[in-house]
Amino acid sequence: MNFEFTEEQLMIRDAARDFAQRELLPGVIERDEKAIYPTEQVKKLGELGFLGMLVGLDYDGGGMDTISYVLAMEEISKIDSSVSVIMSVNNSLVCWGVEKFGNEEQKQKYLKPMARGEKIGAFLLSEPEAGSDATSQRTTAVDMGDHYLLNGTKNWITSGKSASTYIVIAQTKPELKHRGINALIVEADSEGISVGPHENKMGMRASDTHSVMFNNVKVPKENLLGEEGFGFKFAMKSLEGGRIGIASQALGIASGAYELALKYAQERKAFGKEIINHQAIAFKLADMATEIEAARFFCLKAAWLKDQGKPYGHASAMAKLYAAETAMKVTTEAVQIHGGYGYVKEYHVERLMRDAKLTQIYEGTSEIQKIVISRGLVD
Amino acid sequence: MKILVCISNVPDTTTKVKFKEGDSLFDDSGVQWIINPWDELALTRALELKEDAGNSVNEICVIHVGGAGADATLRKALAIGADKAVRIDACPADAYHVAGQIAEFLKENPFDIVFSGIESSDYNGSSVGAMIAEFMDYPGISSVTAVNLDDDDIQLSRAIPGGKQVLKTETPFVAVVQKGIANEPRIPSMRGIMMARKKPLEVKAAAEMDVLTKSVKFELPAEKGACKMIESESAEQLVDLLKNEAKVL
Repeated sequence: MNFEFTEEQLMIRDAARDFAQRELLPGVIERDEKAIYPTEQVKKLGELGFLGMLVGLDYDGGGMDTISYVLAMEEISKIDSSVSVIMSVNNSLVCWGVEKFGNEEQKQKYLKPMARGEKIGAFLLSEPEAGSDATSQRTTAVDMGDHYLLNGTKNWITSGKSASTYIVIAQTKPELKHRGINALIVEADSEGISVGPHENKMGMRASDTHSVMFNNVKVPKENLLGEEGFGFKFAMKSLEGGRIGIASQALGIASGAYELALKYAQERKAFGKEIINHQAIAFKLADMATEIEAARFFCLKAAWLKDQGKPYGHASAMAKLYAAETAMKVTTEAVQIHGGYGYVKEYHVERLMRDAKLTQIYEGTSEIQKIVISRGLVD
Repeated sequence: MKILVCISNVPDTTTKVKFKEGDSLFDDSGVQWIINPWDELALTRALELKEDAGNSVNEICVIHVGGAGADATLRKALAIGADKAVRIDACPADAYHVAGQIAEFLKENPFDIVFSGIESSDYNGSSVGAMIAEFMDYPGISSVTAVNLDDDDIQLSRAIPGGKQVLKTETPFVAVVQKGIANEPRIPSMRGIMMARKKPLEVKAAAEMDVLTKSVKFELPAEKGACKMIESESAEQLVDLLKNEAKVL
């Protein structure tokens, strides 16, 4: 066992921290309140290489390991998880899938611009009637010989409007059920695609979440990812890695709220002493710090397994479950420690609490993670 | 044209300062180290000069006098964009000692421009740059807020009380730079961090050098008094406290 980070990993963590403090903190409250997409911030994130940090150097990525990714996601999520969700989806759902299962032509054409951060990717799996039950895909990709004809609606799509490249999961052979599902690369400006209005969300309000509608969209045959019928497996494998990203995001939301609460508790006085010197507050902070540390270990363990080329689906489900639950609990306590100030926007913790809620829901609800974990126990 | 940027490895500005050995030594346990902010600005300006195609700057080297603990800081300088790094393996004793070590390196490895931050955020000596110039018999320009190179026409600006002074010089020279020299320090990119692995970080043995001063004792500033918060609508209470408690009215 080695609990030391490398010099390089620490440098990446510090770079992410500097970026978050310098570029994300200013204006984060206004972007959240008015649901303003962080265009400039995402552009700079791309220029620094964070949007493609997991992609290999040959495809214009950063060539970083998953441990570094966890560290960077935590730091960025401490300040602005509307930005970190864009980073997570681009890195671990879209770029990862194209790099792992795409052919050379697809990598040259679609992966490189996304790894450079010049184009953003979106992952289109959820549907109005297929959320946790991803096998019930209603979107169809009918094989027309030289192309697929795509029809249907996808819901809750992160970067739905800003993305240039979609990975769409759709049913080609319904008679084969989930073995008839395909994964297709679809250019967002293709004819027949329309994007629904911006979802007015409770948290992560600055990220652009939309429905995307497909009406007789022609997708070239060469845009199929992997083999025919591989789409469902592709989606599940992508989500395994995606969970490390969202777990790290939840970790960052929790540690961001904890750091604010710790600072506040050392400054705020009640009954003649700083509130951290009241056991009721000190014990809350002790619990928060302990649970955050445990969540961090879960995230790093899953990342380490992935970097070692070992199975990590079980570990990433545990990391996502534990970190999301910790984020919700810690942010709620952070608001409580702040008292009335915690309930107003200027002190940030109410935003972190709203953001935390989403980590229990997207990329697999906490309940779905428990299904994944429990099935792994008896496999 | 080659630029040498002197780098101090200093505690992060949020460090809680403690001393040890009878308050004669800084206690560096658990300290996070960073590039001295003024040196980071100097490096940023050096990179800008190299990137400007109109200039002939083709190499930026960073130099530090200190132990192996500073290597992470030097790697960061490489990740930001410096081409190479040199660490003189010595325990920096005082400004004379540090400047002397850098001067010995310069005698063997000439550079056209030497940048040094106006001070370091730890000991605030503000002396190394000027001492290097003296050791080397180079022009030494202090409080520099702008450096512009146009072929051999080198122009610098200095901040002076109430205004600025513009002056010209020739290479080699030492510029002691301050805030304003560059916009904002850079954040290393992922690619820069990867590239830093392959860039040279050379460790050189220290030269024999006298140490002219010895630190005897450090003292922290007195703790700030408690702050009383008064509601904005309670001006009378404020006047009463100023008059009867602080007795300043």
